[in-house]
Amino acid sequence: MSVEQTDIEKIAKLSRIRIAASDMPEVALRLNDILAMVDTMQAVDTTGIEPMHNPLDASQRLRADIVTETDQRELLQQNAPAAEQGLFLVPKVIE
Amino acid sequence: MEWETVIGLEVHVQLATQSKIFSGSSTAFGASPNSQASAIDLALPGTLPVVNEQAMHYAIMFGLAIGADINQRSIFDRKNYFYPDLPKGYQTTQMDEPIVGAGAVEIQLADGSHKTIRIHHAHLEEDAGKSVHDLFPTQSGIDLNRAGTPLIEIVSEPDMRSSEEAVAFAKKLHSIVTSLGISDGDMSQGSMRFDVNVSIRPKGEDKLGTRTETKNLNSFRFMEQAIHKEVERQIDLLEYGEEVLQETRLYNADTGEARSMRSKEEANDYRYFPCPDLLPVEISNETIEAIRARLPELPDARQARFVASYGLSEYDASILGGERDTAEYFESVTQHCGDAKLAANWVSGELSARLNNEELSISHSPVSAEALAGLIKRIKDNTISGKIAKQVFEAMWQGEGDADNVIEAKGLKQVSDTGALEKIVDEVLAQNPAGVAQYKEADDKKRKKLLGGFMGPIMKATKGQANPGMVNQILAKKLNQ
Amino acid sequence: MHQLTIAELLKGLDSKAFSSVELTQHYLDRIKQLDGNYNSYITVTAEQALAQAQAADQARSQGEHALLSGIPIAHKDIFCTSGVKTSCGSKMLDNFIAPYDATVIEKFQQAGAVSLGKTNMDEFAMGSSNESSFYGPVKNPWNTDTVPGGSSGGSAAAVAAQLAPAATGTDTGGSIRQPAALCGITGLKPTYGRVSRFGMIAFASSLDQAGPMTRSAEDAALLMNVMAGLDEKDSTSADKAVPDYCADLNQDLTGMTIGLPKEYFGKGLNAEIEHSVQAAIKEYENLGATVKEISLPHTELAVPCYYIIAPSEASANLSRFDGVRYGYRCEDPEDLYDLYTRSRAEGFGDEVKRRILVGTYALSAGFYDAYYKKAQQIRRLIKNDFVNAFKEVDIIMGPTTPNPAFNLGEKSNDPVTMYLEDIYTLSVNLAGLPGMSIPAGFADNKPTGLQLIGNYFEEARLLNAAHRFQLATDWHQQTPSGL
Repeated sequence: MSVEQTDIEKIAKLSRIRIAASDMPEVALRLNDILAMVDTMQAVDTTGIEPMHNPLDASQRLRADIVTETDQRELLQQNAPAAEQGLFLVPKVIE
Repeated sequence: MEWETVIGLEVHVQLATQSKIFSGSSTAFGASPNSQASAIDLALPGTLPVVNEQAMHYAIMFGLAIGADINQRSIFDRKNYFYPDLPKGYQTTQMDEPIVGAGAVEIQLADGSHKTIRIHHAHLEEDAGKSVHDLFPTQSGIDLNRAGTPLIEIVSEPDMRSSEEAVAFAKKLHSIVTSLGISDGDMSQGSMRFDVNVSIRPKGEDKLGTRTETKNLNSFRFMEQAIHKEVERQIDLLEYGEEVLQETRLYNADTGEARSMRSKEEANDYRYFPCPDLLPVEISNETIEAIRARLPELPDARQARFVASYGLSEYDASILGGERDTAEYFESVTQHCGDAKLAANWVSGELSARLNNEELSISHSPVSAEALAGLIKRIKDNTISGKIAKQVFEAMWQGEGDADNVIEAKGLKQVSDTGALEKIVDEVLAQNPAGVAQYKEADDKKRKKLLGGFMGPIMKATKGQANPGMVNQILAKKLNQ
Repeated sequence: MHQLTIAELLKGLDSKAFSSVELTQHYLDRIKQLDGNYNSYITVTAEQALAQAQAADQARSQGEHALLSGIPIAHKDIFCTSGVKTSCGSKMLDNFIAPYDATVIEKFQQAGAVSLGKTNMDEFAMGSSNESSFYGPVKNPWNTDTVPGGSSGGSAAAVAAQLAPAATGTDTGGSIRQPAALCGITGLKPTYGRVSRFGMIAFASSLDQAGPMTRSAEDAALLMNVMAGLDEKDSTSADKAVPDYCADLNQDLTGMTIGLPKEYFGKGLNAEIEHSVQAAIKEYENLGATVKEISLPHTELAVPCYYIIAPSEASANLSRFDGVRYGYRCEDPEDLYDLYTRSRAEGFGDEVKRRILVGTYALSAGFYDAYYKKAQQIRRLIKNDFVNAFKEVDIIMGPTTPNPAFNLGEKSNDPVTMYLEDIYTLSVNLAGLPGMSIPAGFADNKPTGLQLIGNYFEEARLLNAAHRFQLATDWHQQTPSGL
């Protein structure tokens, strides 16, 4: 499979990454190289093979329902690009 | 043309765990912004989730309560989209292998009929944070305290045919989750939220019409309103030869209006895939059976018990037995006063009207179950009449003390002194000779009615405190002389 | 001092031949003096290191002997370190001061180790050459025109250049073993789940694993004793007892069966590397091992399989870098969409963006089955190859890389060619097995690596095999000239 510019625009939007128009040909070229490489998988018959999401056949450990965290807002917001009155700020969101 | 409405519901219920679904942060409501948002909740680089056992167990409890299959292996998936209240850029949820499989709940409608609503499945997921839009002129503020609060999302089949059914279904779910104690069910704090899928089709048609999804409904009333408006809108469109577009609509509680949020074409491609930071959750049969054994009484069973052991009507049982808090209150009143009928009347009548008026939940009632029982006891032993009791209740509501205090302080004790009553009756009869004459000429049937006519002035003269039974006797005796 | 292994340094500290403060200062001086040539560190925490060294000296004088008390270690800048910049090699996190310590970092602190600083790496661990770092490429101490490998290239170069006695690395598709091979050091990627991932910035969650990068197998065992173990904060960390990795280092190799996958010796393998690997295998036969040819038939599929799974997981893992709560935010965003798209376009480098786009594509509606699901199925086939092989052999050996270190800039414009350099290491991550690279000679005067692959949780066997080899050979003691 290969991607057209419109496909790339769509996935760029989904991944929230701006791609300058001038970069588009290069991006398309590289993505198509990669897709051509991964397409070698398509030749393999995988009928009936259970997808493997994790190397270990383990199951999830469950945590006891206990509050272990304390208020760390001041420390945690030191990295915030913009915060006021305890809130993280972003340009106004219009639903 | 006659149209049929088809409704399916997706209901988000916040689970009453102490800590969040994937972190040890508190889930308490109302804390100052981001004070309950830990490194994990903020999705700091390198942080990882660990599943809260209680959240799993609560979901299983719900599944057992609706007779659903519990999936002994369930998977958490990532649902990818960007929004400032979603710190990881994906919501951890369950897609193909949810914890709770298909089940059903039965609803009762106003006409007394019953209907089964099928549940497609219920899954666990994390709540998002909150955006504050009105605090800053050009910015929105993000509070992530709620991010990571455990939710179960209950997805119904499109089995409802009216807003009445949808509301009855929603109320039934509310009653189940609160009876189980897995959610506080506090709608004002967003503990239960509804997305409503609505479509219409010509009556008799099998094929479903195009549906819309209205999101963000957080009360039964808003849900009812939103369904009405949406059905009207769809009928208008179809009757004018237009099409209903598949879209997501957002309901605004302030204006009571919904508007299109995004169309099917704009729908997000969520790119679900199994979360590699979490492993399959495996629940043993023993665990499921242990949870089943500990299940509290469910609303249906409780209502049946109320009918059987307290002699309540099915209707009263459904009002009093539906919600755990109400049921517990009623049973406590009954236990203290020894009269289930009076207890039922008072709880479903006076108390519930007053609570509704003030938008209070029964757990916040200023009149405790024990205090209400005290009042009922005074009705039973004829200290006060039912009418005076309402006055006493009002005083109790205002915090003026228990029933005995109020009766004493206000001198509301019923007058049962024969001598005193006879004197008053004589005075009233003396003031109304025409009435007395009329009575004497009347036949038996009419006399009964005329007797009532003397009751008013007598009660007035005693400020309502006359024992009505005794007054009746004295009146009859005197007039028949 | 800088020529000593950790095992030797511990003896020196014990015998009071030198103090931890002296040792630490010596390394700090070397870094100051020499790292301009290699660019192996992003951040040097001199003050903190000396304070930790002083504390270690004091503890030692009071008779306390934590496992690595007073030993300086460098950490890949992928591990969150409280109060210290944790950049992950990215502009996105250039301003990020981690407010907490990764579990691995905590464990080193509890073991009394001294942290020298944070090493350079490919941005978000995505790369095989260390050229994708926001902080500039790392140079291979053996030949500064060549790459050190990646993504733990800074750690590998720092150890090779003796700017740290040992370092931590992480390995998602070869990021410990490949730079270890290219820089002539010892590197171990443990079994998936053996070392906690908490606080280690995720690239591909089902593949990432931290491990030691050292001068010897014995040192790797010493570090594993600190790093390994269950962490309740990481759901994927294994609940399995941790052995003493030093206990069996000297065990005799007689009777050990080595599997040589024929697919690892085919076309594309540099002749000199093949020669050095064959020589190493001969050495193992001398040590009593027997050799058997095996087949891992799905080896070639590891590259496409990995380059779907890793980018897919990464595309979601890197969504949190959105300019809202921490990290880079673009100037004057017009609206929320602009804030997201510009912060991410400006904050991420080309390779990272490329992988996010590939991963987004592979997961998107209509392509999931053909890419993501397919890759996860092939992943099982790859794992099954190993499971079958380990029914017949105790350990698998082969080259770590098909080629020795290539020149800076040589492959940086051609991602697919670069990806193919990972052919021998990727399948180990896909299967979740432990893998190791140890120095095995030279090709074109550049170090070559012998890869050892073990069965699940058999790190001790790998370390034993590597240690016996290192007792019999001196490839691991070779050092670049000019140090």
